[in-house]
Amino acid sequence: MSSRLSPRAKVLLYGTLCVLAIPFVFPTWWMVTSSVKPVSEIFAFPPSLIPTSVSFAGYREAFATQPFARQYLNSAYIALVVTFGTLAVSSLAGYAFARIRFRGQNALFLVVLLGLLIPSEVTIVPLFRMFNAAGMVDTHWPLILVPILGAPSVLATFIMRQFFIALPVELEEAARLDGLGRFATFWRIALPLSRPALGAVSIFTFLHSWNLYLEPIVFLSTPEKFTLPQALTQFVDAYGGPMWNIQLSAASLTAIPVLVVFVIAQRQFIEGLAHTGLKG
Amino acid sequence: MALLTGDRKAGRPSSRPAPGGTRRWWTTRRRDHLAGYLFIAPQLAGSVLFVLVPLGLVVWYSLHEWNVLADTFEFTGADNYRAMVDDPNLPGVLRATALFSVGLVALNLSLALFLAVLLNQRLRGTAFFRVLFFSPVVVSLVAWTIVWGFLLQDNGGINGLLDTIGVDGPNWLRGDLTAMLSVIVVQVVKNVGLNMVLFLAALQGVPGELYEAARVEGASRWTQFRRITVPLISPTILLTSIITVVGSLQVFAQIAVLTQGGPGSSTTVLVYYLYQQAFQFHHFGYGATISVLLFLIVLALTVVQWQMRKRWVFHEQ
Repeated sequence: MSSRLSPRAKVLLYGTLCVLAIPFVFPTWWMVTSSVKPVSEIFAFPPSLIPTSVSFAGYREAFATQPFARQYLNSAYIALVVTFGTLAVSSLAGYAFARIRFRGQNALFLVVLLGLLIPSEVTIVPLFRMFNAAGMVDTHWPLILVPILGAPSVLATFIMRQFFIALPVELEEAARLDGLGRFATFWRIALPLSRPALGAVSIFTFLHSWNLYLEPIVFLSTPEKFTLPQALTQFVDAYGGPMWNIQLSAASLTAIPVLVVFVIAQRQFIEGLAHTGLKG
Repeated sequence: MALLTGDRKAGRPSSRPAPGGTRRWWTTRRRDHLAGYLFIAPQLAGSVLFVLVPLGLVVWYSLHEWNVLADTFEFTGADNYRAMVDDPNLPGVLRATALFSVGLVALNLSLALFLAVLLNQRLRGTAFFRVLFFSPVVVSLVAWTIVWGFLLQDNGGINGLLDTIGVDGPNWLRGDLTAMLSVIVVQVVKNVGLNMVLFLAALQGVPGELYEAARVEGASRWTQFRRITVPLISPTILLTSIITVVGSLQVFAQIAVLTQGGPGSSTTVLVYYLYQQAFQFHHFGYGATISVLLFLIVLALTVVQWQMRKRWVFHEQ
C-alpha cells in the first residue's frame, strides 16, 4: 500500500487526517487554554480557542481547596514504586519462564497467566476484605502491592518472557560456560539487552498506576492520601457543582508533565510499545 | 530491592566453578530448579495471594448474605444467584454492557485499522499525526473524561463547534442513546492510538512485493486490502480484539465521572453496577455474585475468540 500517491490523493489524505485529528487534539488544547481563562469565558458560545485574558487563579485555588501538592506526590511516588517493583518482579519471572528449565514450569506459567483473564474489578470485593483484615484500608499499600504482584503485573511478565525467548541465547550460554551463575547471567547479560522491553513495560505500568481510579476510591478515604484521579473529581462546591476553572487547572497539571515526557520521547514510547512483547 | 539481593544469593553458589569432576547431589540441574523457583517466587506468590485466593473468595462470598452496615454474614446458598436472575435491573445492565462493548470494540478496531492504513502511506508528516492520534493515551484518564464532560454539556464545546457549522447539537449526556454514544466515543478516542500503533507495526511487516504482484494482476486497492493486508495482519487483529474486548468490560472511571450510570440506568455497565451494589449499597454478597458473572463473561468471550482464531487467523506466530 505504499505506492506513490497522486497530488489529489495527497490532499485528500491530509484533509482526512486533519479532520480526524480534531477529537484527539481539541480536548487537550481546550483543557489547557480554558484553565487560564476567566470563568465567564469557559462556557463562551462558540468556544474560544485562545483565551482573551490569562489568569492563573484556578491554579492557585487548586492548591488552596485541597492538599493538591500532597496528592500529586502520592500519585507520583506510587506510580514510580509500582513501575520499579513491576520491572523487578516481571523481568525475573519472565526470564525464568523463558530460559530456566524447572519442574512444573508450564503448569506454574498457566497459573500466573490466569491473572490476564481476571480483571481486577472481579476481585475488588475480596481484596477490600483482605486489606481491611490486614489493617491496610486507607493506606497506599493496596495500590502498591496489587499492581506489582497481582493481575496487572502478569501482562508485564508475559511481555518479558516473549522478549527473552526471542533473544539469541548464545551470549548467555557463553557466560554460563565462563562460570557465571543464573542470577549473574540474568543481571549482567540478559537484562541490559532487554532495554526495549523494560521501556515498554515501564511506560504502560506507569500509565496504568497513574490512571488507577476504582482502587483509590474503594480503598482511600482521607483527602491527604488521595491520588490525582480521585482528587480531580473532588473539586466541587458546597452544592456538589464542579468548580470549573479549578478542576481544569488541576486536570492540566495532571496531564501536562506526562504529555511533555511523551512528546520528548515519542519515538521510544510508540515504537517501544509497538515492537516489543505484544507482537510476540 | 530485597527481592534482588535475595535472588543474588541463590545465583552465587553456581558462579563458582564446580570442583573437578566429582558427582554431587548439588548438581547444575538442581541448582537450576532452585533458581527457577526463586526467580518466579514473587510473581507466583502474588498470583496466589492477589488473584487465586480472591477469586476463590469471590465465589465463597457469592454464597452468602453479607451486609457490612448490618454486620451480617450468613450462608444462603444460591440465594444471591436466584436474586440475580430476578433482579429487575440486571437485563438493563447487561444490555448497556453489551451495547457499550460492541460499540467500543467495533469503533475502536475499525478506526485503529483505518488510521494505521492512512499513516502507512508514503506521505510526509505521518510521524506528526501518529503523535497526535496517540497523545490521548498518555493523558490521565480522569482528566480526559472531565474535559469531555465539560465539552459534552448542552452549552459546551462540542455543541459550540457544531453551532459554527449550523448544526443544533443535542444535550449529549441527558439522552439515553447520546449518553451511551458519548461514553463510547470518549473511550475510543482515548485509547485507539494504542491499537493503531500495533496495527501500524503489523502493516509495516507486510512485504511490499505482495502488493506489487497484486497490482500487476490488476487487483484494486480494496481487494489488496481484503486479500493481502487483512490475512497477513490477522494475528494482530486477534490480539487487539482480545485486549479490547476484555478492556471494554472493565470500563469504570469514564462512566463514574461522565454519567454516573445515567441518565436513568442507560449507561450502567456491569462493573459500575458491581461498584454500586458493593460499595454504595453495601451488598457485598450480591456484589461478589456480580463479580462471578463478570468473570464468566470475560472467560467465555476470551475462549470464544481463541477458538475462532483457527477459522480466520492466517498464521500463528
